[in-house]
Amino acid sequence: MSRLLFKKTGRAVFISHLDLMRTMQRVFLRAGLPIRHTEGFNPHPYMNFALPLSVGTESVCELMDFELTKSFDPAALPALLNEVSPEGIEAAAVYESPRKFKDIKWLDIEARLFYDKRTWMGEALRDFYAAPEVVIEKKTKRSTARVDVKPLIAALEISDEAENVTLLRARLAAQDPALSPAQLLSALTQLAPELAPDDAAFRRIEVYDKDMVLFR
Amino acid sequence: MTPKLRRVLTRVQKPARYTGGEYNQIVKDKAAVDLRMAFCFPDTYEIGMSNLGLQILYGTINAEPGMWCERCFAPWGDMEEELRREGIPLYALESGDPLTAFDAIGFSLGYEMAYTSVLNMLDLAGLPVRSADRTALTPLVFAGGTSCVNPEPMADFMDLFVLGEGEELDVELLRLLRKAKGENWTKDEFLRRVMDIPGVYVPRFYTPVYNDNGTLSRVDREPCTPETVRKRVVEDLDTAFFPTKCVVPSTEIVHDRVVLEVMRGCIRGCRFCQAGFVYRPVRRHSTDFLLEKAKAALLNSGYEEITLSSLSTSDFKGLPELADGLLDWCEPRKISLSLPSLRADNFSMALMERVQKVRKTGLTFAPEAGSQRLRDVINKNVTEEDVLHSCRVAFEGGWNTLKLYFMLGLPTETDEDVVAIARLAEKVLHTWREYASNKSRGVKITVSTSMFVPKPHTPFEWEAQVTVEEYLRRVKLLRESIHSRSIVYNWHEPHVSLIEAALSRGDRRMGAVLEEVWKTGGRLDSWSDYFSMDRWLAAFQTCGLDPAFYALRERGEDELFPWDVIDVGVRKSYLARERREAYAGRVTPDCRVKCMGCGASSLLERRACDE
Ligand code: SF4
Repeated sequence: MSRLLFKKTGRAVFISHLDLMRTMQRVFLRAGLPIRHTEGFNPHPYMNFALPLSVGTESVCELMDFELTKSFDPAALPALLNEVSPEGIEAAAVYESPRKFKDIKWLDIEARLFYDKRTWMGEALRDFYAAPEVVIEKKTKRSTARVDVKPLIAALEISDEAENVTLLRARLAAQDPALSPAQLLSALTQLAPELAPDDAAFRRIEVYDKDMVLFR
Repeated sequence: MTPKLRRVLTRVQKPARYTGGEYNQIVKDKAAVDLRMAFCFPDTYEIGMSNLGLQILYGTINAEPGMWCERCFAPWGDMEEELRREGIPLYALESGDPLTAFDAIGFSLGYEMAYTSVLNMLDLAGLPVRSADRTALTPLVFAGGTSCVNPEPMADFMDLFVLGEGEELDVELLRLLRKAKGENWTKDEFLRRVMDIPGVYVPRFYTPVYNDNGTLSRVDREPCTPETVRKRVVEDLDTAFFPTKCVVPSTEIVHDRVVLEVMRGCIRGCRFCQAGFVYRPVRRHSTDFLLEKAKAALLNSGYEEITLSSLSTSDFKGLPELADGLLDWCEPRKISLSLPSLRADNFSMALMERVQKVRKTGLTFAPEAGSQRLRDVINKNVTEEDVLHSCRVAFEGGWNTLKLYFMLGLPTETDEDVVAIARLAEKVLHTWREYASNKSRGVKITVSTSMFVPKPHTPFEWEAQVTVEEYLRRVKLLRESIHSRSIVYNWHEPHVSLIEAALSRGDRRMGAVLEEVWKTGGRLDSWSDYFSMDRWLAAFQTCGLDPAFYALRERGEDELFPWDVIDVGVRKSYLARERREAYAGRVTPDCRVKCMGCGASSLLERRACDE
């Protein structure tokens, strides 16, 4: 298995996870490097994404494992892929890695909160998230659970970028259990609607393991 | 992308269809472009992006220096609501610029039920829907496509129509528009001069006059106009633009594959089939040309499926060589080849087996009528033997799902003809019992019926459509005639077909109905989610018109038709002859057996039909 580090930004953020798999397969085919398929009755391509990305979220740290039908030069691959990628999908590096995706523990994100009428919200938000406990309702398939999200936040910095744009930079639990940026903000909708933004944009920045070491 | 649009996109379903940015989209430097065209498809992205005409014309126009053609599709209801609420005008995907920034807005009109979406898209762009209310030269709003062979229902909304194939015509039109823009012509001046281009119909210079009984009496036209407008065809397909760098959607569409057009026109002359008459004469690509283009299109797209496209691919002369050549190339690359619209009569076992090796898809046959008598009436030259033989080959080859398509309400249809559909399906089932190579998986035979819609420029353009009640009675009769549980019967909803029939043979007064339907909420009418029969009937009533007049009325032999102004090559007298042959139950041989002199060959200057 080889690993691809890529970015998904701009217009490409609206490509859904399922569509991204199809898109990536075609990108590799266009580059003349078909992804290998499993044998058997219902063959599917050998490709595996680290953490599925929500539609609308930007990322500069997506990871995808894959296997090709022929040998290739990893260093040359990003340029080959970028030549034939849709706008906003950009390969950054290709390498071999022994590390398993399940070792990813933390995720750095940025959330830009937009307020249509309210201004300078940074301080109020800081106060809100400074509480010793922030318990929200998390919906699972069957039930709703009450969860304190504070242990799922390793770091959180809040600053006003402009009078009606506040930037949250956070390190959130990436999986088992995860706290998504949207869930981070759902604390506002649930507990302090007066602080909830009118619109928000998310961006994944970086992934880490349990020891806060960069995951590659 | 503006923050406002980004915010909207986070709230709608399937936002990837509204973003653009797909691989192979064409972006040009606005400063280096002096003519901008928005190719508008009045249906969803998924449908429009599957349209071969769009890919062809997008490529053709963008190949012109100084011209930039972008795409625009009809938004789904949730997106429309957001656009209206946020005050975002309808935009083209590549640049995100509103349609009002374009010099030309061209609509592809393939089917009548998309008409209301045209009005809605113009309105979403902030443009008046009626041509008369748009006084500036640009944006020029025009339409082309199959259903423009009767342009009259949309005549109030379009500045002009382009008839026939657009590869040469559209470019000539846009060049003249560029000149007009540069020289500051008025819209009136442009519309008068554009008529020098063959294939352009400018409806505002033609005024229909009606008889007391509602039929067309005559058309008063300005002296500068041609009496009829002849459709354009591309004479030599191999030298015209052929798309090999198709825009590859980043989200799933209806036909998510390379579509390889092998020929245009059809030799068969099925009497109900509009495409069969209006796309004449038959022209084909050479096999070598297609092989080369197919490879390029597959390599440039990354698609893993290719389909051969034409009205009747079995009639493509080079089919065995083409299919073999393609399969040799595709098989090792795990690319599958699909061959739709194969005829039941010359279905080749060897070919099917090879296709099957890569991937087995469901099989579809369209006998259209259950009895031989009725198949002769409609000139569907396929016998029961042909159908059963093809089924046998399919079942022996391991297929176990089969779809059979029929129409109800064809001219001269009797109850015996209806019941014959059930009998034919039973014989197919019997064939499976006898010949299936693997019976353990069972068999599923699906019979589908739709209500026959008489179309302009066909031998049945004079015919009455059956009423909805009569169609449903025949559906019931057929349902009660099917006894096996292995045969599933689906019937199409008839109300849409009634409206489609009224629109397809409508006159210019239909514009008022369309505007009323749109104003009362009509759009995306080919989707059952949106179609409302009550809305259509109310609109007809408001406008003092009756859909029955258009759909259910048999026309007199000499009646002047609203679409007679359009000359598709095939003469009306030939259609009348074909209609008489239909009533006599006589079949007409295909163009290769004998040329019947339909008139279409006169569209070609340098060659004969089917060369
Ligand atoms: S002119 Fe003859 S060969 Fe050509 S389309 Fe008509 S009938 Fe067929």
